Amino acid sequence: MIIIGERINGMFKDIGQAVLEMDPKPLQEWAVKQQEAGANYLDINTGPNTDDQVTTMKWMVQVVQEVSDLPLCLDCTNFDAIEAGLEICKKPALINSCPADRPKIERVFPMAVKYNAKIIGLTMDAKGIPKNAENRIALAMELVAAADEYGLPMEDLFIDPLILPVNVAQEHAPEVLEAIKQTKLLANPAPKTVLGLSNVSQKAPDRPLINRTFLAMAMACGLDAVISDANDDALMATAATAEILLNQSVYCDSYVKVFKSK
Amino acid sequence: MAFEVIKERYMSKVNEVLLGATAENGGSRSHVLKVGGQTTLPYLHFEGEVPNKPIIAMEITDVEPTWPAPLKEMFKDVYNDPIAWAKKCVDEYKADLIYVVLNGADPDGANKSPEECTATVKSILKAVGVPLIVKGCGDEEKDNEVLGKVAEECAGENLMLGVAEQENYKSIAAACMVHKHSLIALSPLDINICKQLNILVNEMGLPLDRIMIDPMIGGLGYGIEYAYSIMERIRMGALQGDKMLSMPMICTVGYEAWRAKEAYSDGEEFQGWGEQSFRGPLWEAMTAATLIQAGADILLMRHPQAVKLVQKNITELMKSNKY
Repeated sequence: MIIIGERINGMFKDIGQAVLEMDPKPLQEWAVKQQEAGANYLDINTGPNTDDQVTTMKWMVQVVQEVSDLPLCLDCTNFDAIEAGLEICKKPALINSCPADRPKIERVFPMAVKYNAKIIGLTMDAKGIPKNAENRIALAMELVAAADEYGLPMEDLFIDPLILPVNVAQEHAPEVLEAIKQTKLLANPAPKTVLGLSNVSQKAPDRPLINRTFLAMAMACGLDAVISDANDDALMATAATAEILLNQSVYCDSYVKVFKSK
Repeated sequence: MAFEVIKERYMSKVNEVLLGATAENGGSRSHVLKVGGQTTLPYLHFEGEVPNKPIIAMEITDVEPTWPAPLKEMFKDVYNDPIAWAKKCVDEYKADLIYVVLNGADPDGANKSPEECTATVKSILKAVGVPLIVKGCGDEEKDNEVLGKVAEECAGENLMLGVAEQENYKSIAAACMVHKHSLIALSPLDINICKQLNILVNEMGLPLDRIMIDPMIGGLGYGIEYAYSIMERIRMGALQGDKMLSMPMICTVGYEAWRAKEAYSDGEEFQGWGEQSFRGPLWEAMTAATLIQAGADILLMRHPQAVKLVQKNITELMKSNKY
């Protein structure tokens, strides 16, 4: 399971403030903390506090790379900002994200190929997020076709079938699970699958419980990666245990510890 | 349409482990040996890299062993002299390295002191230039003393010391770490314990590239298929990025092969089996050849004729089959 640490995001108060003041410390602290907890990628989201996304993204990438050698997941709706980040990323990055929308595909896929980056492709288009698995898969197929068209290796495409908060859109969860299963059948080699996990538990009282339960269920359906709270120990232990139970890694008594250190 | 070779792309590779150290690195070996480093399954040169060939360590003991006749026949002139024995293996039989089993330390046998055992190892180091693998007698307490002493006195030589087991690894792992040697981690045909032991040893501070996996084997006809499938799984783990299974593998080929009655029986009971002097070495060679296919990196062997056959087999396997 690929863990993408979600914490360096301008939507969080401390990071939003740091972005405003150009104070590298909170970003760097979270980079180290998430890496130590077992994150494999660090998500970098500029957040709403900046007018100049390009400059902010570059600055964020720079200060995080000063303290961590993890690859980055550049999270922004402004593709110029993402490109500015890609230019200075030391390791092949993950672009977060590209919807199944032709003009955006035409902007993002060539850029990914140019910088040897991977893409998170969202199963949504200009009309929004589909209600069922079937329509999610139709959009996933467009992204798979785009990977083929632009020469992006299929393993470098991460399909995100977009989970919605369970307290307001309960009917989406089983559709997302079905979409994960079917996405793995779209090509050979199959594209990867990813979820922005924390979204499932928005505004619910026991968020970690919902997050880790859904994670285990999604992993059983073929989930490869997750954008989540790497510092939620129970969540990480759940991911480690699900890997063992799915026979994806070899059991040993210290398997949770190994999962976090790899 | 052109023929397209389907190639698997693995995300990781087997660790490279060095054996021995030359003068510039604090040892006295004439050369060092390297094993591991594969980026694909055994000998699929067309798919990935197989940078280092498997190597053969010939087994000698510090006290006269009770080995079957064909082995005794080959070594009768040196059976009582580990130094001459080691030299013979290197000079005459082209052993890549020497595997010294300190059976003399056994409290129920010759009960040699740690000092005596260390002196033997040091004389062998003087007599031959190849790297050494040194194993204890099997008595945990005594081995911890003996191997601790050997490690200390031969500091810097980068010996490969064995064996660490789940219930007894701390003392030998610490000795390897402090005095710069490598370690054989033995698990009883159990991939889960294998992985756990590597973690435990690594947690003591021994780097992963100084650990060698002994998966424990069965000889041909005596459970070799269990060893084969465990070794396959270990190697797949390594290639798929499991750092705690990424070590090269070492196999006690001679020990297991010569425990089989097909090898040790002098033939009186089994007339149809043919000459033991021919049958025994073949049994050992076939055991080795099978394990090489499963990914063995170091073969601990006994009979010179078996060694010769396996050397030939290795040369063949290392020829490129790239498309």
